[in-house]
Amino acid sequence: MEHYNMNLTLKVWRQKDENSRGRFETYEVKDISSEMSFLEMFDVLNERLVQENKEPIVFDHDCREGICGACSMYVDGRAHGPWQKNTVCQLHMRAYKDGDTIVVEPWRSASFPVVKDLMVDRKAFDRIIQAGGFVSVNTGNAPDANVIAIDKAKSDEAFDAAACIGCGACVAACPNGSAMLFVSAKVSQLALLPQGDPERRTRVMNMVQQMDKEGFGNCGNIYNCEAECPKGISVKNIARMNREFLGASLSSEV
Amino acid sequence: MALDAKIPAGKLDQKWNDYKDHVSLVSPANKRKLEVIVIGTGLAGASAAATLGELGYQVKSFCFQDSPRRAHSIAAQGGINAAKNYQNDGDSVFRLFYETVKGGDYRSREGNVYRLAQVSGNIIDQCVAQGVPFAREYGGLLSNRSFGGTQVQRTFYAAGQTGQQLLLGAYSALERQVSLGNVTMYSRHEMLDIVKIDGAARGIIARNLVTGKLERYFGHAVLICSGGYGNVFYLSTNAMGSNVTAAWKSHKKGAYFANPCYTQIHPTCIPVTGDHQSKLTLMSESLRNDGRIWVPKNKGEKRKAIDIPQEDRDYYLERRYPAFGNLVPRDVASRAAKERCDAGYGVGTTKMAVYLDFADAIKRYGKVEVHKRGLNDESAETISKLGKEVVAAKYGNLFEMYEKITGENPYEVPMRIYPAVHYTMGGLWVDYELMTNVPGLYALGEANFSDHGANRLGASALMQGLADGYFVIPYTLGNYMAGQIRTNAIPTTHTAFEEAENAVKERIEKLMSIKGTESVENFHKRLGKIMWEKCGMARNEKGLTEAIEEIKALRKEFWENVKVPGGIFEMNPELDKAGRVADFLELGELMCKDALNRKESCGGHFREESQTSEGEALRNDEEFSYVAAWEYTENNEILHKEELHFELAKPSQRSYK
Repeated sequence: MEHYNMNLTLKVWRQKDENSRGRFETYEVKDISSEMSFLEMFDVLNERLVQENKEPIVFDHDCREGICGACSMYVDGRAHGPWQKNTVCQLHMRAYKDGDTIVVEPWRSASFPVVKDLMVDRKAFDRIIQAGGFVSVNTGNAPDANVIAIDKAKSDEAFDAAACIGCGACVAACPNGSAMLFVSAKVSQLALLPQGDPERRTRVMNMVQQMDKEGFGNCGNIYNCEAECPKGISVKNIARMNREFLGASLSSEV
Repeated sequence: MALDAKIPAGKLDQKWNDYKDHVSLVSPANKRKLEVIVIGTGLAGASAAATLGELGYQVKSFCFQDSPRRAHSIAAQGGINAAKNYQNDGDSVFRLFYETVKGGDYRSREGNVYRLAQVSGNIIDQCVAQGVPFAREYGGLLSNRSFGGTQVQRTFYAAGQTGQQLLLGAYSALERQVSLGNVTMYSRHEMLDIVKIDGAARGIIARNLVTGKLERYFGHAVLICSGGYGNVFYLSTNAMGSNVTAAWKSHKKGAYFANPCYTQIHPTCIPVTGDHQSKLTLMSESLRNDGRIWVPKNKGEKRKAIDIPQEDRDYYLERRYPAFGNLVPRDVASRAAKERCDAGYGVGTTKMAVYLDFADAIKRYGKVEVHKRGLNDESAETISKLGKEVVAAKYGNLFEMYEKITGENPYEVPMRIYPAVHYTMGGLWVDYELMTNVPGLYALGEANFSDHGANRLGASALMQGLADGYFVIPYTLGNYMAGQIRTNAIPTTHTAFEEAENAVKERIEKLMSIKGTESVENFHKRLGKIMWEKCGMARNEKGLTEAIEEIKALRKEFWENVKVPGGIFEMNPELDKAGRVADFLELGELMCKDALNRKESCGGHFREESQTSEGEALRNDEEFSYVAAWEYTENNEILHKEELHFELAKPSQRSYK
């Protein structure tokens, strides 16, 4: 792969803490290699800011392999930047050319308050899982793993839903700030598997209730979430969750 | 202090059952009054916190990430071993035990490893019950694959995302306990010291990373589940935040650190491209099931990989180790790659890489598919197309990841790979009950030293983390807690908490007050370079002696010239990192010291002075069949030895030929 160096202009959202007003700051970065990752470019910029006695830009990141779900940058109006099925930590600078200007913001959602700069608080997702994103099975309760045969197609579908990394890109990408792709991925995974069956009704009711309580918006069938999801979670899961919810609502005792 | 591993008496296969039959129990009413602190929410920490919560203990769980689901176990790709023998290929608890001890080059403890193999099957049962979507066959039952260092298929997997699925299972169990009020979760919190009262661990000092404030927490026991210390090398496959701080603080409060020099260099990682590199990415070992590793036979080969004919390729693992071929254990595969590159046969721009080639696998699977589907078309295009589909189903996400990072398509051209630091077998010394030598202080998962000896086999880290958390600690902690039922919760106004907090505060203020000229990142890079060059894949007396002096000097420079921007009472990742790097600067020296002391080669520890005429690692059982457990003192680390005894797995020279 041919590689090259470039100079870029970055407009980055800076915000001291949750309650302060934020603003864009402009930075020029030079000699960025096309082989760098997007976050490595931020490392280079931060190193320079430290040398200039300025505060480096704060952002969430950890594994840098696209699996932990920590990184969360809104790049030029797109969650995780220009590449499809990608987290921003896996975005590489060959996506850009010399002279480009790049605008970087945090996830925008009332349910994800800004902690500092590009870092947001996603505890709302943990609370939704607490509401029902599990199978109630204590350690030691389990029968032999091969006692239940599971249709491979269903199992694969459950796996596809379970691939969600909980990054919140779906919320950031949605004009309504809806979390339905995230919630439906967990609901679907467990609804597709026999292990999740006993609690399927209470699970979907409780998780949806918590989702609403957290202030996430409703789904408007725009499908930005699917388009920007780094793991390609399908909006079919939302349809399944709606069916599960309707079924649970109709069959629940009044 | 004499090291007592407290291995139960009796036959190896009866020890754990006997232990469980006679261990002290705590009544449900008493459990509700007992508090446990768990540091870290990876497989070991999340499974321990969830299970102890289920049992009724009051658990406080801490992680530095924004959510417990992000702990680095999430990134494990390949799989988890279990002695289920679902494939009817001769597997058993004994074989898993034996291969783990052998793979660890006879430097692990038989009792612990046997127990690990015994509970391995329960882990799979538990995970499936939680809804973990393991790969399945068309008949609906679980699928297995083989992994390096073994000749049976005992690895359970979920595509290349096994760690993610297992961790999300443990995380969901943990969140369930949070919702039930049995676990209190403290995310974005970092443990910065252990509080000891009358010699026992009674709590921690943690820093709230959002507000910067120091907080005190009491626990009747403290569990360190904070993972490994591979980031001492700066570049590793660990997450950026992975650190040794919790384990190191425990060490400085009296817990022995065992076998720190045992580090695993994983053979299949994406090579370094330049100085900007912040971390390295693993390509799962499972790829070696189907990928063939080779380098050109001719030095200075200019042709592209696909243009080099078979006769000019050196499949050096198949050549040197015909019995295991590309599936030799990680340490062997890594050294063989280094040997070829050092000899001048490396590929790519840096010449520090070898090829991992899937062309043969694509052809083989393509042919099978043609027959399976009854197609008449045996053209190369059809075979290649169908073969690629099969390979994509097995490794699709890994291939995508490779392409994103390198910009090359591994379905068409061979991957380029090189070894990188991946896992640390050393860690806090623990006894059979996973307790360190400090009463009430435990270490689980990668943070302890006990099960992998000098080299860990693939797909065994996930197994150990979950074994410790789900199936070992719930029993062994009870044995200690039974003696704690008369101890009321100690108020955190106790002087021990105050003193510990003051010491932590002083250190943070010191870091902020230096206001030097060099960034934390730079110090970390410089440390990593010393460690990689002198305490990496090959080590010798001269290099290690030099490294110790260089690290000492670097540490001095750090404390005189580090530059930490920002303030204390705010979100300040530079300050967090400064504290972690300061700890790595102490650990690095101990690793070199341990490596210097161990004048033998074993597993991941290769001393150039100790090798066979064929360049294989040469153990010295006469002198070094012991666990090196280091005690921290103000001026020096003191070595304590735990002799290893082998009842069933008699040490022999490892051979994969």
